[in-house]
Amino acid sequence: MRFPGNKASLPDVFADDNRIGSKPMAQKPAPPPILALRWLGVGAVPAALALAFLWAGGCFSPGRVTQNRLMGELHNAGSYGHGFRRAHAKGVCVSGWFDASGDASHLSRAAVFHEQHVPVIGRFALAVGQPYASDNAATVRSMALRFMPPDAPEWRTGMNDPPVLPLRDAHDVSDFFTAQQSDPATGKPDPARVKAFGATHPWLRSAADVNAHRFISSGFADDTFHSLDSFVLSAADGTTTAVRWTMIPTQPVTPSDAKAGDREYLFRELISDIHTHALHWHLMMTVAGPHDAINDPSQIWAQDDQTLDAGTLTLNSIESEDGGPCTGITFDPLVLPPGIQPSDDPILQVRSAAYMRSFSLRAGENRSSSAVTPTLIQTPESKKS
Amino acid sequence: MNGMATFPLLSRVLHWLMAVMILAMLFIGLFMASSVGPDYHRLVALHRPLGIAILMLAILRVANRLRSSVPTLPEDLPRLLRRIATTSHILLYGLMIVLPFVGWGMLSAGGFPIPLWGQSLLLPPILPHNPALWSWLRSAHTILAFALFGLVLAHIGAALFHGLIRRDGVLRSMCAKEAPSPDLQEQKPV
Ligand code: HEM
Ligand code: HEM
Ligand code: HEM
Repeated sequence: MRFPGNKASLPDVFADDNRIGSKPMAQKPAPPPILALRWLGVGAVPAALALAFLWAGGCFSPGRVTQNRLMGELHNAGSYGHGFRRAHAKGVCVSGWFDASGDASHLSRAAVFHEQHVPVIGRFALAVGQPYASDNAATVRSMALRFMPPDAPEWRTGMNDPPVLPLRDAHDVSDFFTAQQSDPATGKPDPARVKAFGATHPWLRSAADVNAHRFISSGFADDTFHSLDSFVLSAADGTTTAVRWTMIPTQPVTPSDAKAGDREYLFRELISDIHTHALHWHLMMTVAGPHDAINDPSQIWAQDDQTLDAGTLTLNSIESEDGGPCTGITFDPLVLPPGIQPSDDPILQVRSAAYMRSFSLRAGENRSSSAVTPTLIQTPESKKS
Repeated sequence: MNGMATFPLLSRVLHWLMAVMILAMLFIGLFMASSVGPDYHRLVALHRPLGIAILMLAILRVANRLRSSVPTLPEDLPRLLRRIATTSHILLYGLMIVLPFVGWGMLSAGGFPIPLWGQSLLLPPILPHNPALWSWLRSAHTILAFALFGLVLAHIGAALFHGLIRRDGVLRSMCAKEAPSPDLQEQKPV
């Protein structure tokens, strides 16, 4: 007997015999109705935890936007899958380096804003889910970069060429992909659905209008790429500054003129441009003004915001995705070094979660060769030999 | 050495501390892997150091377990149940070490930097960059986490079965300090 004298007042779970191996104890079966209650107690705790687990997984929240749901919506919108990125599927790897100008070094302690010749791996892509889509001037183009300073944590960023993002949060993203669902009859998004998305999301109208009337350059080399999302720079002294950034080409800019008949004309041009001479962009930081929205990428910032030239990107080498260094990573915009922090822009989180899931799916699949093959990229000299 | 009525203090502290941590990790993990904001990034940033803390504590715990004497299960418990109890405890220990290693390893294979705390303190990669391996380990992390959760549920059910139905002192042995017991004194080695 363990607790002599006060057994009745003890919680039953503790009131029992000593567990001594050599001494089997007499069990004290409780009267039946109480026994039933006890069994209920045994089952209730695990059952409650299991329910809570299902809740955490979203089983009781049909409205929640999840990684799986986004991947499903991308699939229904025609994303090809099969080892390719779920978005921006058609692309090519590039590499080069970044030289800081020092002009942004007082805003951020990140090594990229202080050092010279920081190695860069990048990827140019078309923002389509189909890796074999035909190049088209109107398709959104992207530049993704991974800065790898030798002694400091790396920085990854993905930028698109339209000036603003007509999406505000996870629900907008999910609604947008759903509206892009391909109609089985035509294989294209149903125009009525696309229109309905516009009508039910009036807060995105001004951003969509700006993008619809954007200037379209001739190719990747003379294109301007935007972070769209906002970030927060933090300086060595602790001051923080909200920014967006833009990659502005030093190459002369010409308007697009589609080369009909060549499915790969944008990539072919990029290959020949890089083979002719290294390409350069200035990384321009736009500092948020007092009225600029930090947490909403669908809001355009004021025209007179302060801008700073943080340095120059040089890209001098190009490789196919097949075996190239940009294939086995994802350009998650929240892979940030000390000195660059996420803002509370909700789209950043959506992207980080979606990129990781897309990467884990594609990396586990067998993949056929890219549209932009190693053969397409061979230099004129190596072709001859 | 089976005269002890309860687990040593350090074992009990580790058990309950880690029970809270592991349950929290399972919920954080599942929630973050099925939501895209607004807490996604914060939860991922919490998941990594908490997982690594569990790894450290689990190693400490296994070492402590191997060098301390613990109560044996009641002798009248059927052999099969004792087998199941022992096996499930080994599996629980195994998973609380393997799961954080899989998490760490998969991010290494995926070529991700692995911040442990803030943005400056990074964990070194423990596996070479290999996207196929990343994808495989990412699935393994889910499957093993779900297996751990299933085991924990069964474990809690079993603990309550001991406490509420059998009332044989097993639940108490993880909850209370050793009680002065005449039986125990009889058992003291001479
Ligand atoms: C709005 C929600 C968005 C979602 C759900 C989304 C989704 C995705 C996905 C799934 C990928 C493929 C990632 C991979 O497998 O590695 C991707 C790639 C990319 N996205 Fe987004 N994206 C979004 C917004 C944006 C925005 C706003 C930008 C630019 C500012 C952007 C730029 C890029 C770039 C550059 C890539 C290519 C990255 C690479 O080459 O690895 N995305 N996106
Ligand atoms: C005892 C330790 C751990 C437990 C119980 C645990 C549990 C989980 C669970 C339940 C999930 C969700 C799986 C899914 O639904 O697909 C998950 C995802 C994940 N875990 Fe862990 N984990 C642990 C340790 C770690 C560690 C140490 C790391 C990294 C250093 C890590 C990194 C991750 C990542 C990156 C994800 C995926 C997030 C996403 O898909 O968005 N985990 N974990
Ligand atoms: C995440 C949660 C938990 C984990 C990972 C866990 C893990 C373990 C492990 C590995 C042991 C074996 C100790 C040994 O003999 O070396 C153990 C024992 C025990 N646990 Fe847990 N536990 C958890 C939660 C709980 C809960 C919630 C309860 C009570 C309802 C509980 C009650 C017990 C009891 C009574 C024992 C002693 C079993 C014996 O004497 O052999 N545990 N636990």
